[in-house]
Amino acid sequence: MTIKLFFTIILTAIFVENYVLQQFLGICPFLGVSKKLDSAFGMSCAVIFVMLLATAVTYPIQHYILNALGLEYMQTIVFILVIAALVQLVEIVLKKYVPALHASLGVYLPLITTNCAVLGVCIDNVDSYMGTASFGHTFPQALTYSLGAGLGFMMAMVLFSGVRARIEDNDAPPSFKGMPITLIAAAILSVSFFGFAGVIDNIFK
Amino acid sequence: MGVIGTAILVVTVIGVICAVMLSVASKVMAVEVDERIPRVRECLPGANCGGCGFPGCDGYAAAMVEDEKTPLNLCAPGGSAVAAKVAGVLGREAGEVVKSYARVNCLGDCSATSKKMDYRGIETCAAAKLLFGGNGACTFGCIGLGDCTRACPSDAIHIMPNGIARVDINSCTGCSACAKVCPNHVISILPHSVKVQVSCSSHDKGAAVRKKCQAGCLGCGMCERKCPQGAIHVENNLAVIDYSKCISCGTCQSVCPAKCIVDGPEGGPVKAEAPAAQ
Repeated sequence: MTIKLFFTIILTAIFVENYVLQQFLGICPFLGVSKKLDSAFGMSCAVIFVMLLATAVTYPIQHYILNALGLEYMQTIVFILVIAALVQLVEIVLKKYVPALHASLGVYLPLITTNCAVLGVCIDNVDSYMGTASFGHTFPQALTYSLGAGLGFMMAMVLFSGVRARIEDNDAPPSFKGMPITLIAAAILSVSFFGFAGVIDNIFK
Repeated sequence: MGVIGTAILVVTVIGVICAVMLSVASKVMAVEVDERIPRVRECLPGANCGGCGFPGCDGYAAAMVEDEKTPLNLCAPGGSAVAAKVAGVLGREAGEVVKSYARVNCLGDCSATSKKMDYRGIETCAAAKLLFGGNGACTFGCIGLGDCTRACPSDAIHIMPNGIARVDINSCTGCSACAKVCPNHVISILPHSVKVQVSCSSHDKGAAVRKKCQAGCLGCGMCERKCPQGAIHVENNLAVIDYSKCISCGTCQSVCPAKCIVDGPEGGPVKAEAPAAQ
């Protein structure tokens, strides 16, 4: 994998195909955990970790078990099963051997057992339909794409926690207080990210 | 075997592998949590007042179980009953819990002192304190905007209509939450057995105190001279009682010209009205 391809994949995953702001996956933690910067950051670290791990496990399963047996359509159910078990296992291991990391990531790990952004990354990475940037990824490329997707999630979370901190201080009309104004802000942030479409391809021309 | 059979078999096998892996992992890598911690935690009142000096009741419970040297009698709201229960769980000596309650060392109510400004800012003592030391003429006394009331977990301290905080000694558990938030530090936590307290916190000189407040300690030293135990001294223009020597005889109370030494438990709330009558 050339360094150019590496950067193209990562930047595409962060900006052009941002899982939260462009593909609207993982909205639940995006709205639920973005109230404070430190919890948004902790959640994002856990998501990056789980995305990488889940891709590392589901990619071989898709290629060597499901494709080999002609069971591509079982993808979703098998992936959910494997990711859920994997996250549980990681939590047990962390609790035993890295208590400090468990204390900081621990509360977020069960939340992302079957997070749709995690499942989405895994499925995109093995997807065989044309049109996505992740089409036909090799294993290292798939891992790179997962890392980029996780970083994109982190960027969205951190950006939005800053936006929310300012929203909380403002005096919104009663009918917009709380979730409505938050959703409007999220929509504006999302629209602004549409400006990145096409940028990455042309940077590396 | 048909297509459906293969699918079922594959998913089942993957599921079983995951299940075995997880159950083995949870057995092999189980982390042992001391099962006494939740039991000790059960005994504590759960007010999370922080009076013990630990981060909440959970922190205190963990500290008592993990460190043998942590005293069991630090919980003021729980008192001896809780200490005895905890001692029962842990199997070591509880020690006595001295029942205490909060006392407001200020008698400067509306009739005794005056306001130096019409404060219209944020209604907390901490905010008022930042503006020229508070709205009262005396910058040492009770500001009366109720930071203590908001901090109190047992609803025992209130701002009286005459403008200063008073403690309901029956509800007060002595957790010291109010003493920690008071920006002027006018609240002290003393045992029930103590019958005298200096109800003034002003370090101003006598004449200055007189101008600002009718109920303030003048630092005249009468109490210091008359005390049979040598337990009371004027330090920095304010009488201070050394409770390790004080026998609560009440001599200082009777000789004080400003009547700012009051009987704690019974006198505190009631005698607050006394200077008003003068």
